[in-house]
Amino acid sequence: MDFLQFLLTLDSTIRLSVVLLLACLAGLFSERAGVVDIGLEGKMLISAFVAAAVAYESGSAWLGVLAGSAASVVFAMIHGVASIIYRGDQIISGVALNFLASGLTVVIGHAIYKKGGQTPTLTGDARFTEVKLPFADAVADVPVIGPIYSELISGHTPLVYVAFAIVPLVWWVLYRTRFGLRLRAVGENPASVDTAGVSVVAMRFRALIITGILCGMAGAYLSTAQSAFFGKEMTAGRGYIALAALIFANWRPVQAMGATLLFGLLEAISNLYPNIDVFGLFSIPVQFTQALPYILTVVILAGFIGRAVPPRSVGVPYVKER
Amino acid sequence: MEKMPRWADVALIPLINLALAFFFAGLVVLAIGENPFDMVRFMVKGALGSSNGIGYTLYYATNFIFTGLAFSVAMHARLFNIGGEGQAALGGLGTAVVLLAVPWPHWTVALPFAVLGAALFGAAWAAIPAWLQARRGSHIVITTIMFNFIGAALMIYLLNGILKKPGQQAAETRHFGDAVHLPTFHEMLAPLGIEFSKSAPANVSFILAILAAVCVWLLIWRTRIGYEIRAFGNSESATAYAGISAVRVTIIAMLISGGLAGMMAINVVMGESERLILNFTEGAGFMGIAVSLMGRNHPVGIVLAGLLFGMLNQGGFELLWEMPGISREMVFVIQALIIIFTGALVNMTRDPIERLFIRRNKGA
Repeated sequence: MDFLQFLLTLDSTIRLSVVLLLACLAGLFSERAGVVDIGLEGKMLISAFVAAAVAYESGSAWLGVLAGSAASVVFAMIHGVASIIYRGDQIISGVALNFLASGLTVVIGHAIYKKGGQTPTLTGDARFTEVKLPFADAVADVPVIGPIYSELISGHTPLVYVAFAIVPLVWWVLYRTRFGLRLRAVGENPASVDTAGVSVVAMRFRALIITGILCGMAGAYLSTAQSAFFGKEMTAGRGYIALAALIFANWRPVQAMGATLLFGLLEAISNLYPNIDVFGLFSIPVQFTQALPYILTVVILAGFIGRAVPPRSVGVPYVKER
Repeated sequence: MEKMPRWADVALIPLINLALAFFFAGLVVLAIGENPFDMVRFMVKGALGSSNGIGYTLYYATNFIFTGLAFSVAMHARLFNIGGEGQAALGGLGTAVVLLAVPWPHWTVALPFAVLGAALFGAAWAAIPAWLQARRGSHIVITTIMFNFIGAALMIYLLNGILKKPGQQAAETRHFGDAVHLPTFHEMLAPLGIEFSKSAPANVSFILAILAAVCVWLLIWRTRIGYEIRAFGNSESATAYAGISAVRVTIIAMLISGGLAGMMAINVVMGESERLILNFTEGAGFMGIAVSLMGRNHPVGIVLAGLLFGMLNQGGFELLWEMPGISREMVFVIQALIIIFTGALVNMTRDPIERLFIRRNKGA
């Protein structure tokens, strides 16, 4: 593998990681606040559809992102009402919302566009195009650094830069603000937050709104930046990989970036090099590379390598003492 | 404190929730500019209007009863087995291995072994998450989801590799042979003089599913391990105090659950396609969650809910012809709304109704 090929693999990794990263950070807010979110997949899917449809109708990709996020927040709120107010089962609610998104996106898409759930292809400003960073062309010929800058760092859609900029922001919010402290406390020991006079319900709803927005961005990225249309079941399990990455990262933001980049790399490898030949001895089938994120997550969860420690009160509805 | 009467809990609340789900589904249909009453009429006609429709309804119901029972057994131990989809897929592998390995003379001989193969492979796929939950404390929901994906990758690998019938493109095994053909309803009912659609895939597996429901009832309410499963589901600490091993209960409940999910393959792989095809489960593993919830984890409820979901599924296919404006995925919307109202939002209707009954009892 020569240097350029190596760079192209990493470039593909970045493109593929963005969806996972945004969804993983989305899950981080919800789970850190004590609400299990199996429904990342569904929120991404509904957002991908709404974003593509709105971008197509309005001709603006940014309006698409906005609308997609709004749809995703609505889903997050249904999850919130079910799991925070009515103490319903959070797993069931998440599974149901995933189903709802699978159904609604195709039913509505089919009713509007008559293309079996697919939206028309986005063109012009309706889709995100690649941003060329300053001097990308000028330095392209400089050895090593030139291609790294012009191929790898420059030339992505705006949401890619937004996604990676959000990582330090999430870290700062989570560990350096009052909101972040309360958010983490509400997922560890909600009673203590309640005692301090902070509403557990309000905190959890705020976390879910952020989850909704981030998931919405992830979904919108899929249909308006990575592709230029919405297709049936477009998320294809990425919501679950993001969930796996969240566990892999032990519910921490910077590690989440690492985990999603790793899983993105595995996806890039399985796309670019389907069957890997190991020294001519045997070949690794593409299905193994594709399953590796899930296998790694199971291994991490089992505590053979490292230890996954979820927020203590995750999945437990809070009932105020009377 | 007085409680609400049992009939309200068992029948009234599920019916109200079902009505709510259909009401919101109706709103969706209205929103896309179609008539919801027409939709219901066509769906009922498609599912029950002909013996062909009934045959398909029963065929889908068979799958849902198996996966619903599977979810319910784990649920009695308070274990969320989201892995029905993967366990069913592996059950298909087990069925295929048994049927391909031996030149069976007759289906009656092959069936018990095929059931065993399906159940063993399904159970094996549930065993690892179960063991990890019991011994290593890794969350069963996540591990079973991961195992769905790992299972899917494994099936793609095998069906494109060693299991693939030589000299063809499709990822499927060779035909199992006519000797192991399971009798369909048409063949079973013809000697009795009843005309039943020849093309409908409903087969003897439906009877197997009903038997499985009876066995699950016996297991959960009439055996020692069933008692332990229920006790464990109600209070882990109490069962520990009573000397019941958490590891044992977790693993046994999950093995039974995985085995039942795997047995779904008898209906589809042995009964319908008569070869192993990729993605034959078609989401039935996930649908088992809804079926079990709707049926309140009781075999009788699960059989009824399985029939309802079978009707929905078949009725959805009929929509394709009658109302081209509504896509088949409308069925997912209805099913999702049923899960939301009977599962996630159950307290929304339960709380006020319970209060109503308590107030009335106090007044009397």
